[in-house]
Amino acid sequence: MLTESEPAFRQPLLKSPFHERAREASQVDSFVPWSGYTTVDVFTSVEQEYFAIRNAASLYDLTPMVKYRISGPDATRYLNRLTTRNIGRLSVGRVAYTVWCNDAGQLIDDGTVFRLGETEFRLCTAERQLDWLLDAAIGFEVALSEITHEIAALALQGPTSCAILRAAGIVGVERLRPFEVAAFAWPGCGEVLISRTGFTGDLGYELWMAPTVAEQVWDALLDSGRTRGIRPVGSRALNIARIEAGFLLPNIDFVNAEHTLRVGTARTPLELGLEWLVDFEKGHFNGRRALLEQHRRGAPRRLVGLDVEGNKPAVNALIYAEKSGKNQVGSVTSACWAPTCKRNIAFAILDAPHFAPDSRVWAEIYFNRELAWERRMARARVVERTFFSPERRRATPPRDH
Amino acid sequence: MSVASFDCIVIGAGHNGLVCATYLARSGRTVLLLEAAEQVGGAALTREFVPGFRVSACAHLLHMMPAALLADLHLHEHGLALAARDLPTTALAPGGTPLRIDPLDAPALAAHCPRDVAALGAYRERMRRHARALHAVLQAVPPRMTAESWADRLALLRLAWQLRRLGRAQLRDLLRIGAMSVWDLLEDSFECEQLRGALALDAVLGTNFGPRSPGTVFTLLHRMAASGSGLSLLAQPVGGLGALSDALARSARQAGAVIRTGAEVERIRVVNDRAAGVVLRSGEEIRARTIVSSADPKTTFLGLLGSEHLDSGFVRRITHVRSGGLAAKLHLALARLPQFAGVPQQALAGRLLLAPSLQYIERAFNHAKYREFSPAPILEVTVPTVNDPSLAPSGKHVLSAIVQYVPYDPALAGPAARTALTDAVLGCLQASAPGIVDSVEGLELLTPQDIEREFRVRGGHWHHAELALDQFFWMRPVVGAAQYRTPVAGLYLCGAGCHPGGGVMGIAGRNAAQQVTREAA
Repeated sequence: MLTESEPAFRQPLLKSPFHERAREASQVDSFVPWSGYTTVDVFTSVEQEYFAIRNAASLYDLTPMVKYRISGPDATRYLNRLTTRNIGRLSVGRVAYTVWCNDAGQLIDDGTVFRLGETEFRLCTAERQLDWLLDAAIGFEVALSEITHEIAALALQGPTSCAILRAAGIVGVERLRPFEVAAFAWPGCGEVLISRTGFTGDLGYELWMAPTVAEQVWDALLDSGRTRGIRPVGSRALNIARIEAGFLLPNIDFVNAEHTLRVGTARTPLELGLEWLVDFEKGHFNGRRALLEQHRRGAPRRLVGLDVEGNKPAVNALIYAEKSGKNQVGSVTSACWAPTCKRNIAFAILDAPHFAPDSRVWAEIYFNRELAWERRMARARVVERTFFSPERRRATPPRDH
Repeated sequence: MSVASFDCIVIGAGHNGLVCATYLARSGRTVLLLEAAEQVGGAALTREFVPGFRVSACAHLLHMMPAALLADLHLHEHGLALAARDLPTTALAPGGTPLRIDPLDAPALAAHCPRDVAALGAYRERMRRHARALHAVLQAVPPRMTAESWADRLALLRLAWQLRRLGRAQLRDLLRIGAMSVWDLLEDSFECEQLRGALALDAVLGTNFGPRSPGTVFTLLHRMAASGSGLSLLAQPVGGLGALSDALARSARQAGAVIRTGAEVERIRVVNDRAAGVVLRSGEEIRARTIVSSADPKTTFLGLLGSEHLDSGFVRRITHVRSGGLAAKLHLALARLPQFAGVPQQALAGRLLLAPSLQYIERAFNHAKYREFSPAPILEVTVPTVNDPSLAPSGKHVLSAIVQYVPYDPALAGPAARTALTDAVLGCLQASAPGIVDSVEGLELLTPQDIEREFRVRGGHWHHAELALDQFFWMRPVVGAAQYRTPVAGLYLCGAGCHPGGGVMGIAGRNAAQQVTREAA
């Protein structure tokens, strides 16, 4: 956090309440900026951290995630008008993943809405956008404030995460269903808000606490997780997990439509394969008329999953209709070798009609072998974007792994 | 209780609402015109301000309504009579000699600025040509910039053709001066300060600009262009501007429109993302498939409709519309005809302009930047009882003055500020018409706040939204509502906030009706 004696301009990157613990745990001292904070992209090695996420448990510092408090008598109406989902149907103690659009129905950002009370919500987003949220509040009786710095947040993800929380003395956490949120007594730390949410597509929790107890919670988790393989992880390992899970990353898979300069680079939820988040029946919301129009005409392009032949990740690959590479039909936004699925996977934005399920396209992949660059045209098949979704993600209570 | 139902409901019986309702009724639709006030007219209204004395409460001269529209609505058959037309304009000069500029008192001007006599002729011809070119633009429904339909493309082509037809020399001149400040234009054209000031007044009256503000040549041309002749033909209806509204109302009723006064619309009902009717303050609900609002854009969208039916970006644009008025009005009930020093009796039939130099106007404007009123304001003064004695008791007179610059600011609405402002204006008048203060039997001051309250215009601006190049044509009031239709199906705008603006013109009302009949079966 900023101290009074050090003004912001002398200390441009903030340090999260977990920073000292992260520094001690880091073997390679690799920090990157994220939303104004310095955060770890790798602690030890990406592979080791990735397998902790998938096979044991991982700790990831979520503090830089931008958080807004939204409250007031019109809070539900406000969020219903702002976002594409029906927030009226979200009960107290539930969390919803949603997106919000500009007037043209193009995505501004995605995020999660926590309903903490009848008129009390928390919105977690990737980027700061108070200006848009305030403009959307014109005509609504809501109070908006950014509370990013007031809350320390940790993601505890992986098959042993529930067992670790129980071992730490969190009573009843196993009853928490996916997308549920509740306050739990944390031994010696007062109350900690725990939600069964995450960015790995696996069993996992996100913990929201006062910055003052941050280090205590971190220590307790590492302590009770020692025999269950817990490990702090950085953003690079998490990136592999989120691609396997089919989750989008802002500025990688889409750009905030209010920040785009070029025509044709903003994306609608229908183009991103997020139509399941769009409730046309709930009444008016930002971008509804434009989205209805696109719904009628059909989206001209779509972000889909690709199953690519071979084992060379199709990073930044251009996608063609045929092997000759004459007719470009799209490009890859995210790609990796998926270690758990044992598949070469990618997200690609493809023009109509090539995004139809099971369509065959070609990916132009560049890779190097001992510094010699090679090019390969690899066959790719259009598939569901969710590559990894294990049963334990949904089971309540989770099995004790 | 059964709910009444019409094809169209027009909100607000100002001149644009009345014109719109007439054309909609003529198209065979059932039309209900709802007015919150007890009488029709909006800002074209005559009412008593001191017992026995009546005045055109907001607009006080008729000069922008196109002759074709007056004829098409048969307003003369419906009782519109002009007490006087082609009113003279005289430029006052405190401490100096007043100068009649329209029609020009050539010998008087030649006496101290001989070159300006010929220059004024050339200037008027030049401006008249530009105004005629702009007239076609004012008449048109603005096409969408994206040209999504053939109608849009055709309108754009027509526009391009009209510009091309001006010829190279005129187009070049229009492009050069179109966005210029009127200060620069007048300094280029004339030597006489008094003439410059008087000509500049028409460019800034009712705007948020001083003569040095860029775009004031445009506001001047806009004023000249509306009537269609390229001339500001000033006229005064018998019974004041309210008589125009009464004639418009008779025309609307004859076409079949139903007019209800004292019926304030509280909100516009939206069902399935379509305007479906209105709910009155009384709780009464009336259904219609088409709603046309002549209220200002902020009142329509943020007040009557509600932002929840609109996208946030659109709401942001609406809130950013500049709509604060800067013109006040002062009405005086006078025991006798005022004597303006050096002004002949017949000049009182027209307008007297107190704007003796460009510098004087710019100084008056300076105060507005700091949200103060000017202690030496510019004035457009009329004495309507000279042409129409029926407005006051026998032998007595009414003076109606537009007072520029009085900012829309709550701090200026208090009693102390009002007294100070009244005294300042009376001081200015006294300097030009000694003894006038002693003949005042009663007075009324309307600040932009008062205009907002009485005429239900948010911001109290007589154009509803500032008339400027960035709020003009396909950007008026905002992109996305510039074709009289709104993002909500079935809801249209027809007020001064639309193209081509206010000023008792009526074109917005007519164009909106055209758009409705074209789109809604």
